[in-house]
Amino acid sequence: MDYSQFLFMPQEIGLLFVFLLVFIYDTFMPARMGKHLPMFATILTALYTVYAFFPCPDSWGMAFGGMFESNPATWVMKNILNVGVVIVMLQSIKWTNDDFVSVRRGEFYELILLTLFGMFLMISARHFLLFVIGLETASLPIAALAAFEKRYYESHEAAAKYVFTAVFSSAIFMLGISFVYGMSGSLYFQEIGSQIVGVKSPLLILAVAFVIAGVGYKLSLVPFHQWTADVYQGAPTAVTSYLSVISKGAAAFAFMVILVQVFGAVYSQVWQWMLYAIIILTITIGNLFAMRQRNLKRFLAYSSISQAGYIMLGVIAASQVGMTSMIYYVLVYIFSNLAAFGVIAVIERATGRVTMDDYNGLFKTNPWLAFTMMLAMFSLGGIPPFAGFFSKFFIFVGACHTGSVAIYVLVFIALVNTIISLYYYLLVVKAMFIRQDECVIPYIDSHWTEEIALTVCVMGIIAVGVASGIYTFLNQVTETITPMFNMVG
Amino acid sequence: MEIFSNILIYFVIVPVLTLAGLALCSNKGIKAIRTVAVAGASVLVALAIYLVYLFLQARGAGDTSEMILRTDVTWFAPFNIKLALGVDGISVVMILLSAFIVFAGVFASWKMNPLPKQFFLWFYLLSTGVFGFFISIDLFTMFMFYEVALIPMYLLIGVWGSGSKNYSAMKLTLMLMGGSAFLMLGLIGIYFHSAADGNLTMNVLEIAHNDAIPHQWQLWLFPLTFIGFGVLGAMFPFHTWSPDGHASAPTAVSMLHAGVLMKLGGYGCFRIAIYLMPFAANELAWIFLTLTGVSIVYGAFSACVQTDLKYINAYSSVSHCGMVLFAILMFNTTAMTGAVLQMLSHGLMTALFFALIGMIYGRTHTRDIRDMGGMMTIMPYLGVGYVVAGLASLGLPGLSGFAAEMTIFFGSFEHSDMFHRVLTIAATCSIVITAVYILRVVGKLLFGAVQNEHHRELTDASWEERLSTATLMLSVAAIGCFPNFFVNIISDSFLPVVKALGAMI
Repeated sequence: MDYSQFLFMPQEIGLLFVFLLVFIYDTFMPARMGKHLPMFATILTALYTVYAFFPCPDSWGMAFGGMFESNPATWVMKNILNVGVVIVMLQSIKWTNDDFVSVRRGEFYELILLTLFGMFLMISARHFLLFVIGLETASLPIAALAAFEKRYYESHEAAAKYVFTAVFSSAIFMLGISFVYGMSGSLYFQEIGSQIVGVKSPLLILAVAFVIAGVGYKLSLVPFHQWTADVYQGAPTAVTSYLSVISKGAAAFAFMVILVQVFGAVYSQVWQWMLYAIIILTITIGNLFAMRQRNLKRFLAYSSISQAGYIMLGVIAASQVGMTSMIYYVLVYIFSNLAAFGVIAVIERATGRVTMDDYNGLFKTNPWLAFTMMLAMFSLGGIPPFAGFFSKFFIFVGACHTGSVAIYVLVFIALVNTIISLYYYLLVVKAMFIRQDECVIPYIDSHWTEEIALTVCVMGIIAVGVASGIYTFLNQVTETITPMFNMVG
Repeated sequence: MEIFSNILIYFVIVPVLTLAGLALCSNKGIKAIRTVAVAGASVLVALAIYLVYLFLQARGAGDTSEMILRTDVTWFAPFNIKLALGVDGISVVMILLSAFIVFAGVFASWKMNPLPKQFFLWFYLLSTGVFGFFISIDLFTMFMFYEVALIPMYLLIGVWGSGSKNYSAMKLTLMLMGGSAFLMLGLIGIYFHSAADGNLTMNVLEIAHNDAIPHQWQLWLFPLTFIGFGVLGAMFPFHTWSPDGHASAPTAVSMLHAGVLMKLGGYGCFRIAIYLMPFAANELAWIFLTLTGVSIVYGAFSACVQTDLKYINAYSSVSHCGMVLFAILMFNTTAMTGAVLQMLSHGLMTALFFALIGMIYGRTHTRDIRDMGGMMTIMPYLGVGYVVAGLASLGLPGLSGFAAEMTIFFGSFEHSDMFHRVLTIAATCSIVITAVYILRVVGKLLFGAVQNEHHRELTDASWEERLSTATLMLSVAAIGCFPNFFVNIISDSFLPVVKALGAMI
């Protein structure tokens, strides 16, 4: 075996190192040092994130007989996820040192790093076997994470729901792959892609549908979204925020790669219309359910369902512009959603209150938390000059790039839904700024790590949009993989 | 950075600096907050006057380019989005109007309570959006600033408003954002058809010169953009946010919103919808002419039966803003000149109205005209101000309304066909109706019998209120007495549009 192939995966190897160091610390350090583990893991991950940002020269290419691809787009996507994971870790330092959780804090960081490793494999896999390994690594440990608050019944429920859905979806996904294998005799993305040119068979349609269903559950696209609200509500907030942004971002990228590279040839025949219907359903149903929620975690669960629909607008474009806009959307979404979850986590940790009515009058007692939450809501709702506006605009432009009138109609439906979403995002702003309450949440002295995490998110929300260099850079990155889209037809 | 050598960018930088200054003030330091707010507004007024001077100088020196003070800085290169700055006569007078109303608005909210700091923060964010919209000629930046100007309204009304403020704030925000959903789709459509040779652009001037939008696309992009801006211009039947929103908003916000923000609608219809899509404008003008005609008459009639001072004025705004869109759709220089004069006139006069109503309400704590009377003897200064605003509104010669409405109706009557003439005659009737509701209020509120004995102890305007209203009253009189000064600034700005429209007929 040629060991130099491992040079193509510097990010994965670095991540494994971080994981091993955290594992060694957790296992061999004396118990009194245990309270420093969260900080240790976070700083290590942050350092690793900086390291991973500088690509090794000549590290683009295929490894392991074409199973694994490293290119600028995968590199940038992994970096974006790294940034998100560092923010999630910062937000959970205080929580993992709580009395009830602290005995298991090692596992929290280890499992997060391991699932991240799985997502990296999903992003880079160019062979279905490797992809399935990544998918499973990225899914199953999350069930353990969801059950982290052992003393709460909801947490168990969340874990059970998640694990059943995950297993069931994987089974469907693999059934879809077996169809594809039967038709093309290969599991390599590119080989399948060239084999199915001109194929018109019901089996192919079924295979595409199964693959969409299998990955769609991770993105919580409607109608594969039923687990989302319960899991988001029951899982600890740190896990929920991880699940809602990192897991979703990785799945979105991998989803686009599969659809374009494997099924690109049957774009207009088969999956454009499936995705078209799914997008309309996802955005609309996510929005309509979000309006009625009083629990903010459930609220953000439905909001993130509809956000996934917007992300899919980049996928349905099946073009380089679409991919750029999608990656950009994920980046912005990470900052916005983590800001919202960060505020919820702080308040939940200090007071245990998570419903929207609890937030009445929050601005009077906790102006900075309220301000951060407001920015997050504005960014999610697509209000300029915050980043969410730019990401929404660009993803619409990316979708319309295809030029067909049907896509214009789709974008119009998405735009109308933006107004609906604005309504419920404003409800949160209204609770915090306009409503009054006698038993308002008292002043919360948040931990400095949480403050850093929220500050990073706020800076992201304000700067990522206005600083046009980021989008331009992403555009340059995806231009290197334009040949991938030649198959689309 | 070549962009900083262009004076226009300072219309955005100054409000942003004011925002930063306000953020540094402490919540309790009301003096510091006022100082920063006034300083920001004064600099804006000075800049606006200097801009008028620059513009006149450039035109006087024989610069006949469509827009002056042009600067392009690439922003998002992949989509060819630029920070494109440039002004013509219309934008210049709009900027002047905005600066004056911001100035008056700061003084009208002098005793703002509670949370003065936050109030001025949102107030200046709104101003940033307004100025940004008028200085840019790039579709993306225009749209961005347009939305920046909308969202602060939600909190300004929700936190500092009165009455059913939650309902009004949500209704206003969602309706205006709904309009901008139409608009966004329209702008994306325009962008993808902006050039025949594939060099897509967002620059309004380049799109207009390329003239590449296919006619069948124009036919549905035009309604999208026109309705999108028309919602903000309170076009019937999308006007319903306006009465509720204005009635609930705090004084300065009503002033800025009716005075400037609604003008964004008219300006956008003119600059984007009609200028870029002249074919569809000609084809579909009859639909929107009818709708705006209804706005004019319906708004005036509605104002007649209201008893809340703010509702009266809000419906009167629907009527007057309808006249702006109506005149723009007449597609000739005279009517369009009238439209811009009407924007100026209505902006100043409505701001004056809302300022006075706010001041009266601050004293009497009611806006119902049935509970008030005899204000002329109790607070003569405010009373005189109200009469001035009222007379401007019903078009008394010497005040701004006369110059504007006369020009509009002369222009509209230039069309010799039956459809335009009938509509014009119907619209002209609104002048009479306006006189009815204005004189009804003036008679009851100012000269009627005192309804509440406690009102006799009320005081007249304080110095900052006098300053605020005097600025506006003088401006109203200035437009009325020297309309030619403004007409000279704006008149040649219509030529490219009228030419584009003429080529279609």
